[in-house]
Amino acid sequence: MKLSRRAFIKSQAVAAAVSSAGLSALAPSVVQAEDKEDEEIRWDKIPCRFCGTGCSVLAGTLDGRIVATQGDPDAPVNKGLNCIKGYFLSKIMYGKDRLTQPLLKMKDGKHHKEGDYTPVSWDKAFDVMADKWKTALKDKGPTSVGLFGSGQWTVWEGYAASKLIKAGFRSNNLDPNARHCMASAVGGFMRTFGIDEPMGCYDDFEQGEVFVLWGANMAEAHPILWSRIADTRLTKKTSSVHVLSTFKHRSFELADNGMIFEPQTDLIIANYIANYIIQNKAYNKDFVKNHVNFKKTATDIGYGLRPEHELEKKAKNSGKGKLTGISFEEYAKALELYSLEYAVEHSKVPADRLEELAKAYADPKKKVMSLWTMGVNQHTRGVWMNGLIYNIHLLMGKISEPGNSPFSLTGQPSACGTAREVGTFSHRLPADMVVKKEKHRKIAEKIWKLPEGTINPKPGFHAVKMQRKMKDKVMNCYWQMCNNNMQAAPNINDELLPAWRAPENFITVSDPYPTVSAVEADLILPTSMWAEKEGAYGNAERRTQFWRQQVDAPGESQSDLWQIMEFSKRFTIEEAWGKEHAAKMPEYKGKTMYEVLFENGVVNKFAYKDGEVKDGEGNQYQNTESKHFGYYAQKGLFEEYRQFQIQGHKGHEQAPFDEYHKVRGMRWPVVDGKETLWRFREGYDPHVKYYKPDAKKGEVYFYGKKDGRANIIFAPYEAPAEVPDEEYNFWMSTGRVLEHWHSGSMTQRVPELHRAVPEALVYMHPKDAKKQGLKNGSQVKIVSKRGEIITRVNLRGRNKPPEGLVFVPWFDASRLVNKLILDATDPLSKETDYKKCPVKLVKV
Amino acid sequence: MLTLLRQHRWLILRRFSQLLVIGLFLVGPITGYWFIKGNMSSSLTLEILPLTEPFLFFQMLAAGVFSDFNEALIGVLIVVAFYFIVGGRVYCSWVCPINIITDAARWLRQKVGIRSNAHFSRQTRYWLLAAILLLAMVMGTLAYEFINPVTIIQRSLVYGLSASIFIVVIIFLFDFLISTRGWCGHLCPMGAMYSLIGYFSPITISATQRKDCQEGCNACFKVCPEPQVISLPLRGEKKGISPIIHSSNCTHCARCIDVCPTNVFEFKVSIRAKNKPITKEKIHEKVT
Amino acid sequence: MGSKSLSNKKRRDFLRGIANVACGVGISAMGIGWLANKASAMPPQAIRPPGALDEDGFLSRCVRCGLCVRDCPYDILSLADLDSDVPVGTPYFTARTGPCEMCDDIPCVVACPTGALDRRLVDINKARMGLAVLIDQEECIAFQGLRCEVCFNVCPLQDKAISLEYRHNDRTGKHALLIPIVDSQHCTGCGLCEKACIMEEATIKVLPAHIAKGRLGEHYRLGWKQKQKAGKSLVTPDAEHKFNLPEGVKYDYDNSELHYEKGSALDTLNRRRGKQ
Repeated sequence: MKLSRRAFIKSQAVAAAVSSAGLSALAPSVVQAEDKEDEEIRWDKIPCRFCGTGCSVLAGTLDGRIVATQGDPDAPVNKGLNCIKGYFLSKIMYGKDRLTQPLLKMKDGKHHKEGDYTPVSWDKAFDVMADKWKTALKDKGPTSVGLFGSGQWTVWEGYAASKLIKAGFRSNNLDPNARHCMASAVGGFMRTFGIDEPMGCYDDFEQGEVFVLWGANMAEAHPILWSRIADTRLTKKTSSVHVLSTFKHRSFELADNGMIFEPQTDLIIANYIANYIIQNKAYNKDFVKNHVNFKKTATDIGYGLRPEHELEKKAKNSGKGKLTGISFEEYAKALELYSLEYAVEHSKVPADRLEELAKAYADPKKKVMSLWTMGVNQHTRGVWMNGLIYNIHLLMGKISEPGNSPFSLTGQPSACGTAREVGTFSHRLPADMVVKKEKHRKIAEKIWKLPEGTINPKPGFHAVKMQRKMKDKVMNCYWQMCNNNMQAAPNINDELLPAWRAPENFITVSDPYPTVSAVEADLILPTSMWAEKEGAYGNAERRTQFWRQQVDAPGESQSDLWQIMEFSKRFTIEEAWGKEHAAKMPEYKGKTMYEVLFENGVVNKFAYKDGEVKDGEGNQYQNTESKHFGYYAQKGLFEEYRQFQIQGHKGHEQAPFDEYHKVRGMRWPVVDGKETLWRFREGYDPHVKYYKPDAKKGEVYFYGKKDGRANIIFAPYEAPAEVPDEEYNFWMSTGRVLEHWHSGSMTQRVPELHRAVPEALVYMHPKDAKKQGLKNGSQVKIVSKRGEIITRVNLRGRNKPPEGLVFVPWFDASRLVNKLILDATDPLSKETDYKKCPVKLVKV
Repeated sequence: MLTLLRQHRWLILRRFSQLLVIGLFLVGPITGYWFIKGNMSSSLTLEILPLTEPFLFFQMLAAGVFSDFNEALIGVLIVVAFYFIVGGRVYCSWVCPINIITDAARWLRQKVGIRSNAHFSRQTRYWLLAAILLLAMVMGTLAYEFINPVTIIQRSLVYGLSASIFIVVIIFLFDFLISTRGWCGHLCPMGAMYSLIGYFSPITISATQRKDCQEGCNACFKVCPEPQVISLPLRGEKKGISPIIHSSNCTHCARCIDVCPTNVFEFKVSIRAKNKPITKEKIHEKVT
Repeated sequence: MGSKSLSNKKRRDFLRGIANVACGVGISAMGIGWLANKASAMPPQAIRPPGALDEDGFLSRCVRCGLCVRDCPYDILSLADLDSDVPVGTPYFTARTGPCEMCDDIPCVVACPTGALDRRLVDINKARMGLAVLIDQEECIAFQGLRCEVCFNVCPLQDKAISLEYRHNDRTGKHALLIPIVDSQHCTGCGLCEKACIMEEATIKVLPAHIAKGRLGEHYRLGWKQKQKAGKSLVTPDAEHKFNLPEGVKYDYDNSELHYEKGSALDTLNRRRGKQ
């Protein structure tokens, strides 16, 4: 490529200007050399590896290596843009400490907990692992093994894992790290609408007017979406932004109405708004009459702690989520307590601010989009809180149309597409079905060609329960894939760490890097990541995006899919199911689990020839798994998964496999090749007519529920599990920074990002610091009842907590802030509250 | 062996002193216990005792700085007072790290037997001193510090600067190949400054037993870095000249005490009589 | 005659000696002067510690003792070596590799024995080590709409020294640009932004103020700023203006706006037009 005259002059001018300032500049010849290399790079589309936004990038491959990326200018989500993390996508696979061989803790040639990591072959690794699993299965049955997966898995990895655990091992001990992240959102969706995932889409950012952030720092956590909100705010005169949080963060930059509330009082604020709407008779009477049922939820439900915990014994309805029908009047009466005065008193938000927010919701002419993530989900009343936000939208009928949109954002790139949609939760099956319902089990057993009764009707252990059951040695074999639970799980000092170190337990961690989890495992399996495999992610707006395998993984690394399928070869179906159950299906006699699950005529239906995967330009791509297994595994798995959408409850349809490789994602339900932007409204959503043939144009029908009505569920304020006291006198909230994602295992390995934000600091109010004798930069120990970390104080930075609260970002492997957190969860969603931990600060 | 030790006892003490000074400055960087912080330009001992190099300070004054120098003034007063008493050039022989280098050059020069020697006036240093202070005044900057080998080598030792070794090499080669005692005895303006500071120093070397001096021995002249200072006190008995070496160019290195086979020399406290060392030295400069 | 010529020779020798010495000393002094002069042109990447006097003042005071280096808790300061362009032995830091962390108690200034670092600096926010300049706006990814703003995120005087300006992205039509803007009134030149800049070559750099700053011509003043400074118009406000207007219409002279009384025919007409 030639350097155009103009560009040349420009670069000369820059060089001159820069050198006159005494700085060195790139010589034009260097620029030309780079351009030449550019011509040989092969570009292909791939979604970003990080957050739930789902930006698309083009990955540039040269000589078997991703050498560059660019924001995909044709992707509707990001239009060629990226955030600071996306800018470095090409570097995440090339950290110096990539694992390339299976490593087993060994002593004297044998596995030993106290041994040293020793490279072993895959055969040996799986032999040892399968041996442990078989022993556990024989001694204690299917609940003694489990798999902890991820919202960063590709769709088929999650699906294959679901099948492996639920059909193969007849255990339901499969849970994704989305348990720590989106479980409350799922609970909210299911209780209110009976079907998971948002009804709106990202176009609401341009269609909306009022944006309300309930516990989300989108400015840092969803950077590209935030720039869309910001643009609407800039260009639409009537628009406004309201931000609710327990501390001031970067999203307040754009806030017309910023509100700092006392932790947990979001429950009060949401109820106050509903009360305001009713008191002022602003609610949409037609909508409420035709589309809503009123319910109340069981209260005093505890905190998802171990049953012997004081708080659980005290709770009247520990863990109960029962809904009882109530009338509108009863609902209105229940809300009466939540007056403006009451809300101000408890939340400490000034009255005019709360009123301004309430008015924005109550104005029938204003389009409102509510957005939330971890502030609402990581909450001991997260499911309730999700519901309370829906209540407001449902009262006003501001839902399921452009710009009116309660929108639950996701953290992980495929929290929706994988963790939620393919049934990787311990109680779920693909396509929103659950193990508890016989009908659902039957559909699954039919599609999976299993004898009746294969699927265990009892939900498995969720993430937090797994660590308890491992510590209690009820569960002995644990496989962690595609995440970093030692850095994520709450209260590891008391639960996960002793659980993993117990001699009875065998822990396998599959990871590309030696994370803090990996180095606590008995067996580490080197794992292919992102562009090293063919994949699919589903983002927060129901957009499913596919990508082709761009490069080979280093060394002996293999993808999670390969590992799951290959591991299943180690078991005969009798070993997995028990002889008695296996006998129900004589044709499976003597077969391996692999043959039953994956060579079932469906998964292995599509033949695979080397070089078969091509892009529009005719470039050929590898597919390591398909080559190994001899059939197009990803396609077979996806097509089998689609059967759940077809045979199950209608409303989840995705397009055939091949279609996705031709587009930059499609938003499901995809019916007759058409995507759905807004669900539950006739005209936008074809399923409304399917479920209610006489639906009029624009009519809303919540077809997730039998009667087409969504639930407005009254839930009161209930206190958090722990509150600060004399000794532990600060609230601590955890959260994210723009520069890092997940547990930092990828972003911390990008030198530039590490340099930009090398460590997690504790942000606090200057007055609090002064009282504690701390200065900006002081070393400080943060201590909770469960552990302590040492970090440095920041008084000048981007997060400005109010007095009495400190904030610590979560990405830093050298400061495991998760160990401070109590393993209290929302009793309904089992999601841990990472936002409200009483701590004390000790000057170091 | 014992004789050997006796013949070098002052040299050994002196080397020990020089190394001790360097060592003290290195305690902090090496052990993390900051007994003394900074370097010989300016330092802080035990967080309380400030010391500042006088030549630097006078350059600062020349550069027009008269206020706000905080500890530097106290530091320089302490240092000046010390050398005023013990003799200015005690700094050169007992403290200055360059001295080890130039002594080594001199030793090697003799070992190799280099005879050619560039002669030039020992007064040059005073001219240089004046010129540098003038330069500081004109430029308003601590001009000499751009090349000052003493502070550079000391900083290099304490702060680990590497390119600065270049300066040391130049001086070594200059003393080794071009001019004997060229740097310390002729050029160093810092030494000149210390000469002036110690002008009235009461601590002196005295050729007390000069009548025992053996004709033609000259051992003291061979080792003395400033041999011109010895002649008159040693041989001036007939002219009624005091045996006390009053010249402030005497570095009090005591090498003469070490080497004299007849123990002519000794340390002596003496309030200086009016002598005119500069003119006398000038005469003897030609002799040596 | 003989003795006279001898003494003449002596005098000549003596004078020649003096001349030689003077000559040598003169040349050496010139050499040193040249060195000192050359070195006073600091490379722009080398930044003096907080409170440093202007370079001339600094070089007249700094005795190169390194006490500031020793007392820097973040170890960012070094003393210049002979091979750098910074005057040998003087303290400096390089923002890209080790920026000033802006300690509240400014230990480096406290340590300085000679006032080369000005003790009157007690509020680190008032330090002026240099000025951050977003020097390459073509390359800076924030100007392209990418969500970086790492310089803003790490700025210790966030929203003052560096603030963000939200602008519409004409290219995508639906994203905002978040543009970092440096305010020289507040920037201390600490260099945290330059260090954090994720670009291959930093696009934001701390430069010495004399390089970074432009200056308005003395012949011109910015009217609105003068007015703001004075708190009123510099020239007596106009006498009231009167206008020929149809009935029911008022004209807001300051804002050039027409106001219609409610219900007037014009009002209705115009509103309808506005709607179309």
